[in-house]
Amino acid sequence: MDALILQVLNGLDKGSAYALIALGLTLIFGTLGVVNFAHGALFMIGAFCAVTVQRLLSLSFVTVDETQKDFLGKPLKVETPYVEAWFGPEVGAAIIDWSVPLAIIFAIPIMLAVGFIMERGLIKHFYKREHADQILVTFGLAIVLQELVKHYYGANPIPTPAPDAFKGSFDFGALIGFDPNTIIYPYWRLVYFAFSAVIIAGVFSFLRFTTFGMVVRAGMADRETVGLLGINIDRRFTIMFGIAAAVAGLAGVMYTPINSPNYHMGMDFLVLSFVVVVVGGMGSLPGAVLAGFLLGILESFASFSPIKNFFENWLFLPSIDQIIIYLVAIVILLTRPRGLMGRKGVMEE
Amino acid sequence: MSKLDVTRRSVLKTGSVAGAGLALPTIFTASSAAAYTNEPTGGTVTLGFNVPQTGPYADEGNDELLAQQLAVDHLNGVGDGGCLNTFTSKALKGNGILGKQVEFVTGDTQTKSDAARASAKSMIEKDGAIMINGGSSSGVAIAVQGLCQDAGVIFMAGLTHSNDTTGKDKKANGFRHFFNGYMSGAALAPVLEKEYGSDRRAYHLTADYTWGWTQQESIAAATEAIGWETVNNVLTPLASTDFSSYITPVLNSGADVLVLNHYGGNMVNSLTNAIQFGLLDKLVNGKDFKIVVPLYSELMAAGAGENIKGVFGSMNWNWQLQNAGTAAFVKSFGEKYGKPPSNSAQTCYAQTLLYADACERAGTFNPCGVGEALEDFEFDGLGNGPTWYRGADHQCFKDVLVVKGAENPTNAYDTLEIVEITPRAQVEYDPEHPMFAGGNLGKCNPGA
Amino acid sequence: MLGLDRKDTRLLIFVVLLALCAPFLLNPFPTESAMAQFNAGYPDLMQRFAIYGIFAIGFNILFGLTGYLSFGHAAFLGVGSYSTVWMFKLLSYNIVPGIILSVIVAGLFALLIGFISLRRSGIYFSILTLAFAQMSFALAYSVLTPITNGETGLQVYTDDPQYLQSVGSPNVPNLFGIVMRDTYTLDVGAWSFDFNNGYYFCAILMLIAFYLSIRIYRSPFGLMLRAVKSNQQRMNYTGLSTRPYTLAAFVISGMYAGLAGGLLASMDPLAGAERMQWTASGEVVLMTILGGVGTLIGPILGAGFIKYFENIFSKINDATLHSWFGFLPEGLENAVVWILEHFVGAGWHLTLGLLFMLVVIFLPGGLVEGGQKLAAFVTRRGSDKKDKTSGSTEPAE
Repeated sequence: MDALILQVLNGLDKGSAYALIALGLTLIFGTLGVVNFAHGALFMIGAFCAVTVQRLLSLSFVTVDETQKDFLGKPLKVETPYVEAWFGPEVGAAIIDWSVPLAIIFAIPIMLAVGFIMERGLIKHFYKREHADQILVTFGLAIVLQELVKHYYGANPIPTPAPDAFKGSFDFGALIGFDPNTIIYPYWRLVYFAFSAVIIAGVFSFLRFTTFGMVVRAGMADRETVGLLGINIDRRFTIMFGIAAAVAGLAGVMYTPINSPNYHMGMDFLVLSFVVVVVGGMGSLPGAVLAGFLLGILESFASFSPIKNFFENWLFLPSIDQIIIYLVAIVILLTRPRGLMGRKGVMEE
Repeated sequence: MSKLDVTRRSVLKTGSVAGAGLALPTIFTASSAAAYTNEPTGGTVTLGFNVPQTGPYADEGNDELLAQQLAVDHLNGVGDGGCLNTFTSKALKGNGILGKQVEFVTGDTQTKSDAARASAKSMIEKDGAIMINGGSSSGVAIAVQGLCQDAGVIFMAGLTHSNDTTGKDKKANGFRHFFNGYMSGAALAPVLEKEYGSDRRAYHLTADYTWGWTQQESIAAATEAIGWETVNNVLTPLASTDFSSYITPVLNSGADVLVLNHYGGNMVNSLTNAIQFGLLDKLVNGKDFKIVVPLYSELMAAGAGENIKGVFGSMNWNWQLQNAGTAAFVKSFGEKYGKPPSNSAQTCYAQTLLYADACERAGTFNPCGVGEALEDFEFDGLGNGPTWYRGADHQCFKDVLVVKGAENPTNAYDTLEIVEITPRAQVEYDPEHPMFAGGNLGKCNPGA
Repeated sequence: MLGLDRKDTRLLIFVVLLALCAPFLLNPFPTESAMAQFNAGYPDLMQRFAIYGIFAIGFNILFGLTGYLSFGHAAFLGVGSYSTVWMFKLLSYNIVPGIILSVIVAGLFALLIGFISLRRSGIYFSILTLAFAQMSFALAYSVLTPITNGETGLQVYTDDPQYLQSVGSPNVPNLFGIVMRDTYTLDVGAWSFDFNNGYYFCAILMLIAFYLSIRIYRSPFGLMLRAVKSNQQRMNYTGLSTRPYTLAAFVISGMYAGLAGGLLASMDPLAGAERMQWTASGEVVLMTILGGVGTLIGPILGAGFIKYFENIFSKINDATLHSWFGFLPEGLENAVVWILEHFVGAGWHLTLGLLFMLVVIFLPGGLVEGGQKLAAFVTRRGSDKKDKTSGSTEPAE
């Protein structure tokens, strides 16, 4: 039982990342009708905002220490971060330690700006073009962004740990009435789940309860009529693009302590997030979120060894974890023509 | 559109016809004259360096490329000579190879066997490369090794750790300096026994492809020989990024050691996840829980950051070794590039020098002659201590390092510390050992 | 000629000449010159041009005509390669059985996947094909290793049975004794040109494939497929089921992909699982869009473009750059090299990404449109002059 609950937690955690990326992707589909292959790259840029903040905070000056030697036998160059020099070693180290949460503040304006620039500078010209052209241009953009990051940060993953306060794990089982030490879960993964729940709730309430959101939703349903009413829908759509970019970026920032970021992490998530969006149904925000969590949980259970063994021994399907997502996608799309909650006529041609 | 091209083509055609007219007497077919593929005819000889430049292993590939360029410098007598001064064979004089200036071409393997073969082919067919060196995965190494066998050039493998490279898939034209899964197991097991005792229960997570399987097989066999029990072996998809759902079952499995048969990004993530779930803080069966990563690399250590503290693994070579060859290589590399070399860089450097030296000793670039010179060659001074290139399977035998993540690294480069240098005798095995059986070197192929 | 109208015949002749003269066209620079780096006329790359040309032509029959965007076509390429290598392992190194089998197996595989996937349209169809291809890749890389040899790639071992391999016949892929990798090198002064058996074999098949695709485009069947693209609903209202037509197109393009896969294995007897990965499927989509969707020659151009960058730009390293710009003063030389090295060697992806964007921004119809614009520009200028002299003009294509 406790093992199953652990897998549910794992699934929710994986699902949070899928859901956040898929949410942004659907916002862009739904509002602008653009197939954005660069969305994975936005997730990656978010993650590298965290890396950048960590680097900025650890900017150091160099002093030569004659007593120590470096690998060539020369006097060692000791690097002391400026923040440690300014605020004292204790406070300075604590600031660096908190670089991932601090990166959130930094990432929001950056991601909004990236989103605005992308939309105004490039995507805007592709509204009326065919989806094929949108794919090619955004895929090209994704490669360019990825290569730029690779150029500055290298291809190797970069460790960006969570603050010390959130390291280690927490006895989740004891909290919900299990024996102690049966369900232990890392703090930061719980933080990630809570964070994504807040973001998802935020986006939904923004669209539901604000006038701005209502106009956007109306625009998603019928762009021309809203335009005829004299509302500048384009500007609002630009803002929505920025928000979608920020959602992807924040998902990336918060993801860095879970897995060290590298320059191609966006591509790793790109295909999966498209599957999530489509399984959820084109044009449906709740569908994207639902599908994200569903696929996350199914993936976790498929990689759980008793279930894996069951599939191998009884259904002759070894390594079900390799294919589960795609298998589920096929089954859902064949039984529900427009995914879980898709709207009629969106991207069906 | 066609009109434009017709004019351009006709221009080109007339151009080439005119050229043919002028140069008529010198027409000959190159292929019939050569004794072997890409026989160097001018004053230069071309080596092909095929390393990953894009994809997840790009940094490792770049490191290999730096080492290869350094080797070319040393062969051509540029720089301080590096390991030429410490190498026990004195055939190389710093005047190129057999008096020919060494040039090189580079290619991108993308860590895909198809792309690697394409770029190796282009180096052989277009640039006239006589030897291919480099790479950072076993799939690529085996694929390129097969290609070199067919094409009639020598393949000096880079980083490839699968038993198959010099086992089931060994080829007469292919040579491996790097160590393999079996050696990792043989070197690690005694140290693990000493540190963690002989009554341990191991849980394996294994990358679900050939290299992962051969390593898991080797490590399981070696640890079972010291009395450990293998509780479970779970295969993980190569594409996994989050290993949480594979880690959580470990907690309640009764195992007290986790063995991660992963490499590169997979290893960085699985280790990071295992630490997140607090595995190392746990007490199971009255013992501290431990994690082992059989194959380490400097870049993986950098990617995993402080998570590697105290985690054991094995390596082919490390820059902190205390011997003359290592010192010479680290000094040249460090002074040129400002950082110490990684073990994949060292293997590529050594392989390039070994190839050049074999050509000198054989007095020819003919792959058959070079292969003969490399087979059962005993040498020292390249950093790994006394080394033997076994003729039966073209595998190098040398000391293997057992390392662990440093507790208190002082800089970015000493994140790993050497625990033990396992002597060569302990990692040797019979060429017909079951884990290596089934292959056939075949005959050396000089090509044309 | 051959049942084609005048315009198509001209296009076909143009492609035939292009294919036959490729060894000359692709090696315009003398072998020893600094520009030789840009020569693409060596056997492996020429073979790839032709093979990926076939792949893209086939893909365009589906995507260009029906508008159905398959994101899983690499799976057919992969099974084609595996079938061919298995024929090498079981029968002999003669490529004919392998290639025939690769087309048949890929066709059957396409029939299966197409039958299921075509129940949906639009992006739902794309994701279904993607899902099938990703499953094939994941399984080929791991579980199916006994059949596919997994990570290492399927290859021929000396202890394979090869029941039909006769003693005298070559121990490498051949066509009834004609060895695919044999090359005749013609040295003309400073130039050298490679005439490779394998390339010409691929090129002939590509020309046949191209001819067939023209015939399909111009046939009533092709017209029907176009009707599906422009308005499927209307087609359905007329009481006509479009699925058999789209399925036929899907299977045909799958067979093209299988042929390409079989040829890849025939030129180089190794089949790697990466051939089936989504990036490989994405690549053929990019080739087609880049060249010009729905145009006849576009996919071939797109395939050549991408393969050229992958194989030529990735091989330029900073040593090469230094040798090119060695004539500049040192400071300037270093600056130029520093800038350029971001775009070549390890940075070739960056160049490719930028070019994708530039092409799609400035040439919405792909490279074909670029060519047409250029041709129109040249003819306009040319015809301006002609107008004065002869007064006759020729319409631009």
